Amino acid sequence: MSARQLGLGCATEQDRCAKTFDLERIRADFPILQTLVHGKPLVYLDNAASSQMPQPVIDRLVHYQTTQHANIHRGVHTLSELATVEYEAARRKLQGFLNAAQAREVIFTSGTTESINLVMHGWGRKFIRAGDEIILTTLEHHANIVPWQMLTEETGAKIRVVPMMDTGELCLDSYEKLFNARTRIVGVTHVSNALGSINPVKRMIELAHAHGVPVLVDGAQAVPHMPVDVQDLDCDFYAFSGHKLCGPTGIGVLYGKAALLESMQPFKGGGDMILSVSFEGTVYNTIPHKFEAGTPPIAAAIGLGAAVDYISAIGLAAIARHGHELLQYATALLGGMPGVRLVGTARHKAAVLSFMLDGVHPHDVGTLLDQEGIAVRTGHHCAQPVMTRLKLPATVRASFAFYNSLAEVDALVDGVRAVQKVFA
Amino acid sequence: MMADTKALYQEVILDHNRKPRNFGPLEQASHRAEGHNPLCGDHLSVALGIEGGAIARIGFEGESCAICKASASMMTVAVKGKALPQARALIQDFLAMTTGKIELDAAHQIGRLAVFSGVRNLPTRVKCAVLPWHTLQAAIDSRPPVSTEGGAEP
Repeated sequence: MSARQLGLGCATEQDRCAKTFDLERIRADFPILQTLVHGKPLVYLDNAASSQMPQPVIDRLVHYQTTQHANIHRGVHTLSELATVEYEAARRKLQGFLNAAQAREVIFTSGTTESINLVMHGWGRKFIRAGDEIILTTLEHHANIVPWQMLTEETGAKIRVVPMMDTGELCLDSYEKLFNARTRIVGVTHVSNALGSINPVKRMIELAHAHGVPVLVDGAQAVPHMPVDVQDLDCDFYAFSGHKLCGPTGIGVLYGKAALLESMQPFKGGGDMILSVSFEGTVYNTIPHKFEAGTPPIAAAIGLGAAVDYISAIGLAAIARHGHELLQYATALLGGMPGVRLVGTARHKAAVLSFMLDGVHPHDVGTLLDQEGIAVRTGHHCAQPVMTRLKLPATVRASFAFYNSLAEVDALVDGVRAVQKVFA
Repeated sequence: MMADTKALYQEVILDHNRKPRNFGPLEQASHRAEGHNPLCGDHLSVALGIEGGAIARIGFEGESCAICKASASMMTVAVKGKALPQARALIQDFLAMTTGKIELDAAHQIGRLAVFSGVRNLPTRVKCAVLPWHTLQAAIDSRPPVSTEGGAEP
């Protein structure tokens, strides 16, 4: 990958590169940003739903599919060997990205949803019984609620919910009080997809561990915005998706501590997850393969590896700084407009801005902004408990990526003004 | 600005959104139904007073976007006083128009409701426009006495 492709000012020195955040070059790496929508330049502010893909990642997918594809962990032939090497190299890239202690602690899944379902089936169904308790938070995405509800229906376990303040911050005092002898697991989102609140997961994990309870962190909205170190967090499970991280859809990661993963039941049965099969009995493979039944999305995993390379070369610290600048700027401009109400004002936030316009339903805002080429999400953001708690049917959500510019924030503000004019 | 949507967000729709007609609870309704669009959170209820085979009274309540609310408001104006067969025919015409199944001139009863024809170009918003009409259909089909069950999906 060249420095030009990476959107960097220099090619040789990683440290210096990480400090050179050249937005114009970065934007040039994303071909989709040249798209016109309704005749206007695309302003893509729906990154929390899915991010766009830079050319080096697109090229990596093409290269794999053009010259390296075969099934992995199977054949003795050259291509199978090559594909296996590349797939496992991608796993090691993800290991480095998360600072996991071992590559076998990185399980490839189809995305955050499957990662959480894997923990529910593999760990939850084995260790959670009637009367046991699962702690979740008001800020969870449906993906970290529904699997646990399915488990409670099956087992008779109960869900306890950490309440949230009006600002979108969790009540940590209440969290601490939810623990008792029946608490079995905590599920918490690192960053709220609806409001952008960054939860104090490190402290929440410490508290849980003090009660001997493991913690699953939903990191889908965190990994695109900030460096994540699973050993520093000491989380037991960490789940995220590739497509929110400039990678392909259909690929995600479940990080799990090796001892926990080893204690778990396989989630899906099939090829690759076994050592030997007979009709009398089957011996499961070791981790990570135990959880990767069938042919995985090989190209997508390799693409995600390339995405992680791309993002790491820019540097998550620089990405976090730029995101903070975008958020500050957008918060000041939109928050200062008459008739605009910001939703979610936590002290620590990722670059996600939910808001309401007085007298205008979010869906009308979304449709009218789209006519200006501006892509935002409107709705309940698959986080209905958050909406219910705030007594809102829906919000407009602008979510930023490192390739967004301050000029695009200006475009959003102009667009919002235009919507207000229509409804004046 | 916004040439494409101007057709949809025109004054008549914005006016009905600001000042919805027949909005509020209906006393002594004979028929009632709830409509809900789980994707966007829109929900509304339509209540009818059917007398002598015609819609004598109609009211709607709920929380929704401008397109849904204006569609509901204009619907109540359009069907009030209509005999049930006529109301049913209008529902069919409206649904066919907004989903692009018929051309405007084939929908004889549409009249001012033609302002909603532009919604066919916004696939994600068609549901907003048709929700009140599906709910009206469900209300007509509901059996007295009042049932709050049997809501219609858009």
